[in-house]
Amino acid sequence: MRIPQDLQYTKSHEWVKLYDEGTKAKVGITDFAQNQMGDIVFITLPEVGNSVTAEETLTDFESVKAVSDIYSPVSGDICAVNEELADAPELLNTDPYAAWIVELENIGDTVELLSADAYEAYCKEQEEA
Amino acid sequence: MSMLIFERSSAGRRLSILPEKPVEIEQYIPSECLRRQDLDLPQLSENDISRHYTELAKRSHGVNDGFYPLGSCTMKYNPKLNEAMAVLPGFCDIHPLQPLASIQGCLQVMAEAQKYLAEITGMDAVTLQPGAGAHGEFTGLLLIKAYLHSQGQLARNKIIVPDSAHGTNPASATMAGFSVINVPSDEEGYVDLDLLQAAVGDDTAALMLTNPNTLGRFDKNILQITKIVHDAGGLCYYDGANLNAVVGLVRPGDMGFDVVHLNLHKTFSTPHGGGGPGSGPVGCKSFLAPFLPGRLAMEEEDGTYGWLLPEQSIGDVKAFYGNFLVAVKALSYILTLGADGLAAAASQSVLNANYLMKQLSASYDMACDGLCMHEFVMSLEKLKQQTGVSAMDVAKALLDYQMHPPTMYFPLIVHEALMVEPTETESKETLDQAAQAYLEIYRRACSDPESLHKAPQTTPVGRVDEVGAARNPRLKFGD
Repeated sequence: MRIPQDLQYTKSHEWVKLYDEGTKAKVGITDFAQNQMGDIVFITLPEVGNSVTAEETLTDFESVKAVSDIYSPVSGDICAVNEELADAPELLNTDPYAAWIVELENIGDTVELLSADAYEAYCKEQEEA
Repeated sequence: MSMLIFERSSAGRRLSILPEKPVEIEQYIPSECLRRQDLDLPQLSENDISRHYTELAKRSHGVNDGFYPLGSCTMKYNPKLNEAMAVLPGFCDIHPLQPLASIQGCLQVMAEAQKYLAEITGMDAVTLQPGAGAHGEFTGLLLIKAYLHSQGQLARNKIIVPDSAHGTNPASATMAGFSVINVPSDEEGYVDLDLLQAAVGDDTAALMLTNPNTLGRFDKNILQITKIVHDAGGLCYYDGANLNAVVGLVRPGDMGFDVVHLNLHKTFSTPHGGGGPGSGPVGCKSFLAPFLPGRLAMEEEDGTYGWLLPEQSIGDVKAFYGNFLVAVKALSYILTLGADGLAAAASQSVLNANYLMKQLSASYDMACDGLCMHEFVMSLEKLKQQTGVSAMDVAKALLDYQMHPPTMYFPLIVHEALMVEPTETESKETLDQAAQAYLEIYRRACSDPESLHKAPQTTPVGRVDEVGAARNPRLKFGD
């Protein structure tokens, strides 16, 4: 299971990359999340210009097993969405850390964000539970 | 592959020869509304059509073909007597707008079905209008909303749903304009009372709950659960999907619920899906009755039957009176079994599930310990880790044993879940055969996992590419 060191993680299995001194962010789902969901066949892309609140639903995606929500790790405004995922949702399976879902600006609150090491420990705990 | 009906078509072949038009009706229709091309319909003889559908029927699997333990769906045998009742001309050859005096028998059936379903659920009034379970949920939530608004309680806009709920619960709540709060289950799969207490408040509209829950457990705290919600000013909605485990034994109304929907196509032995249609009657306590949809059949003082129009009705949720013939079949079932029979059926469904669970637990891990109700959930997580054989593989392999797989990957709180509901209408012999098949598949998973990845081998269609179908759907014939 891949957990890149340069990203931060949520307990609901999203990754977030903060940049421009924390004013902007990209968000995606983790390797653990895509592995649990199985083959992803659809993702609803949110609209550019929408505001999102940390911890609330950002969007949802669908695999052959289930539909699941993706929660926003941060509050902010959506300034870009990864249109490529509309036609190729399988990118979330094959390269989840390249397949960003949204880009956010005007970042406000965040949920509790974990380092790569802390997230790895959390995933182990989840698997053993 | 067998041919599509369009591929069997031969130009000019007909089922029947229509007479010459007595008048040129085209002259009465505006020219821009007239069709200029013939409809592209298949052209076949009656014999061709009959063979086509018989061939398709042979390739499918229904309750009449074999074991069908699809969890949470209650695929019980549908007695032929129900069908005999539903084809009586007095029920079939009628029109929804014909004079009441000429359909008194139909109204009586509806009134009696309403009365018995109210008695069975412990409710005061029942509408037969909703067309299926989720439609019933939506209707029940609209009742709750109409009631809360009539009380000026506009801030109550949240529906609490446990994480073990059917996926339709949060979907129906959202459709009805509520927002959803998810409450995690405790370690045994029951509603966590502390988390529920923390979740309720001035914004609580209602709790939606299935009992027995989707893990097949009867929530022993049910009276406390409904009290917590009522004390906070919210209402309690009972999802009747799992009523078969307790019908005739306990009543949702006595558990503290205010609204309930039933699935006549589950508990009351009417056919499912395309062969149905479904029917999702909604029962409620008297304070919600003024808001019921449509019209209710009622007996007048002079012994005749007429319509009762609820005063503050939310309006129709379906045309006319719902799927009336399904209500005929359900009433036939209720009257055939009687109060004792319904309770005996529920008890037998629980016994059958426990009998099968006990045999399977020799190899398979169960999601929870102890006795189950009418269904049980297995977790194949460990098997998958050890052998690579998934719940999907086991489900597909069962097709080679001429039985329908159980429900897969539900409830979501159990990983690699298989949910088995044998129902009361299966014999001990069938359950023993099923147990042998499940246990043999488990042994094959350990000795020859590759053979299970390739299953099914004996069905007309082998392993289908579900991912390919979802990612690159081809929805049009002939492309």
